[in-house]
Amino acid sequence: MIKSYKFRRHLSNTLIYLILGIMCLIWIMPFAYLVLHSLRLDGGVIDNGALLPKQLTFQHYIDLFAGNAPSGAGAATLYFPRWFLNTFVVACFSCVISTLSVLAVSYAFSRLRFGIRKRLMNIAMILGMFPGFMTMIAMYYLLKIMKLDGTLVALVLCYSCGAGLGFQISKGFFDTIPRALDEAATIDGATKNQIFWKIILPMSKPIVVYTVLTSFIGPWTDFILAKIIMGDDTTNYTVAIGLQKMISAEFRSTYFQQFMAGSVVVAVPITLLFLKMQKYYVEGVTAGGVKG
Amino acid sequence: MTYVEYKQLNFFQRFAFNFKKFFKNLPGALGRFFKAIGLAIVHFFVGIGKGFKFYGSTFVKGDWATKLSYVIFGFGCFHKKKYYKGILYFLVECLYVLFLVFFGAEQLYWLPTLGTIEQHTEIVDGFPVTVQGQKSMQILLYATLTIVVTLVVFVIYISNIKDAYKHQLMKENGEKPTSLRQDARDFLDGKYHVTLLSFPILMISIFNILPLIFMILIAFTNYNGTTHINLFDWVGLQNFGNLLNVIDSAKKAQTFFGIAGWTLIWAIAATFSNYILGMIVALMINKKGIKLKGLFRTMFVITIAVPQFVSLLLMSQLLAEDGAFNMVLAFFNGGVNPHVNFLGGDALTARLTVIIVNCWVGIPYTILSMSGILMNIPEDLYESARIDGASPFKTFTKITLPYMIFVTTPQLITTFVGNINNFNVIFLLTGGAPANPDYFNAGYTDILVTWLYNLSMGSGLQDYGLASAIGILVFIICATLSLIIYNNSKSMKDEEAFS
Repeated sequence: MIKSYKFRRHLSNTLIYLILGIMCLIWIMPFAYLVLHSLRLDGGVIDNGALLPKQLTFQHYIDLFAGNAPSGAGAATLYFPRWFLNTFVVACFSCVISTLSVLAVSYAFSRLRFGIRKRLMNIAMILGMFPGFMTMIAMYYLLKIMKLDGTLVALVLCYSCGAGLGFQISKGFFDTIPRALDEAATIDGATKNQIFWKIILPMSKPIVVYTVLTSFIGPWTDFILAKIIMGDDTTNYTVAIGLQKMISAEFRSTYFQQFMAGSVVVAVPITLLFLKMQKYYVEGVTAGGVKG
Repeated sequence: MTYVEYKQLNFFQRFAFNFKKFFKNLPGALGRFFKAIGLAIVHFFVGIGKGFKFYGSTFVKGDWATKLSYVIFGFGCFHKKKYYKGILYFLVECLYVLFLVFFGAEQLYWLPTLGTIEQHTEIVDGFPVTVQGQKSMQILLYATLTIVVTLVVFVIYISNIKDAYKHQLMKENGEKPTSLRQDARDFLDGKYHVTLLSFPILMISIFNILPLIFMILIAFTNYNGTTHINLFDWVGLQNFGNLLNVIDSAKKAQTFFGIAGWTLIWAIAATFSNYILGMIVALMINKKGIKLKGLFRTMFVITIAVPQFVSLLLMSQLLAEDGAFNMVLAFFNGGVNPHVNFLGGDALTARLTVIIVNCWVGIPYTILSMSGILMNIPEDLYESARIDGASPFKTFTKITLPYMIFVTTPQLITTFVGNINNFNVIFLLTGGAPANPDYFNAGYTDILVTWLYNLSMGSGLQDYGLASAIGILVFIICATLSLIIYNNSKSMKDEEAFS
């Protein structure tokens, strides 16, 4: 009896290992394919029907960063280094602006009490329910009238201006910091401003790092907003729309391998940052819970 | 039904009970919802009434300087020696008047007709000169801007009156007005929220609220990319009529209902397939006796971490006619590449492919959140069940499953609403393909939001008015869904919380 129970458990565990193994393979395989084929020597979309590349080379990465057009490309060429720089600059600026506004809004809603607080929070909730690109389209016209369409400034504005609406997570964190700290500081003569900068912010490192990382990653992964604002002029593209351009019907046959290489180049740092962010997120949420 | 009776039901009876309860509560929830809206409207008008009362009574009670500040901003402040504030108020008035004279008034004048002058040639001094026509879009946008600015100035106007009256009272009590330095210090302490919030609110007003108002207004015009490019008119509810009226406006309404149906199927299929499959995998990973838990979890988390557009574009390439999947199929097909067009060929194939790929994208998210919940189920529940002789299957259906469903219901709803708006998966995979000739600028896999995109930014026939109307309908659907279910799930929690 005992033996058969053990046997059954072993059997079911083996089965689970098998299923999990296969699933992991399914989930990892496309990425493995991506990496392997970005290193494939011969160009083109497919490698004569072979799933595994026969010869490996770093040439596509070198071409990508040198901005070399692949052989057979027509007059219109794509310039990845510029896109990479664009995205980096946009990400840095919007990261600073959105982090500041998210922290300011969430601190105000969490620690300060004023008449229209509830009403403002409700408005923020309702604004969040509209489909995102209803506003994007109008934003495009607005930027066009301001003569900003197709520029990087427009992207920075778009990414960072709505950021204040995403205050929930950091507000949740600030909510868990005991109010006794504020009161003690107030008795000692600190103003609200000093409490924010000298007491609350130093205690909120995980959530600050989380906010910084999310707003930095945003421009790298956003696709649709950049596409709407940038239109057809490829010089100011970000990596996301640039990579999509590489596999559009016009460029696919020549730029396919650079697309693979570019995807790897973007995905690796973003993946690492994301894993870091996840860690800080968990830390922030659990640390907040303990304090409250 | 009492709590004990409820506990005796099996899983399916409970589900049926909760299902029935949900729909029985639905009218009540809807009623509460509309009552809340009604109350909000009443509060709004009461507030306006109070405002008028304040406006009148302050005028009666105010001295001559306060009365004068009803016309000249900041006069009351200036008279009570609060110079900097008075000057600021006065500046606002001057700027606003200039703004109106040189810019705003014209826009407001053209707002009812949205412009009438087309591009034409005039004879000036015997030479023909092309005169630019008006652009309705510009007029509408500028008029919206004027209205928003006017509202802001109105708020400043009211606060100017309040300030004038406050300083009058202070003078009567023999108090001195505060100095600039004291006020500045107050903005870092008592009024710190103003300092913190003013910049984000300004940005949100310009880049979220203004465009939103503009797009809502567009829904009531006939702005489209074919016949009304420069000049368009107000058409009232015609766009909504076109979407909902099956008889008269056959093609648009047919497209709307067809796409709305597919959106619903898509949202349900995508949500539940992710939920159920993700739960199964999470259970497998977290099963006792399974080693390498961390490794498996990391494998799945990595696929979340890769930017979604990379994984989706990659998938679209793998599924292309000359992509890797067809090569794998060729391997089983005796070396002949079948060239299956997963994403653009047959409607059913494309739809199934989209749902399956969405599983590939979405399941890791479910695993991540479920793993956390599974680890939080108290171990002693299982312990006592085992001592009572419950089989593993019984413990699963009686403990794990109810617990999971209870904890994750709110999340399920958010996912559902998210899937209605899931633009990325559809757009990056199929872009709506295969095209449907019976639809108005849409394909078989288009959902409402991608159709909205096609109509406003995509290629083909563009109809901005229709697109905005769709956006408003999507908003109404999502907002009602979230509000009703939010109310309901809260009441559910109170009634039968797992403890």
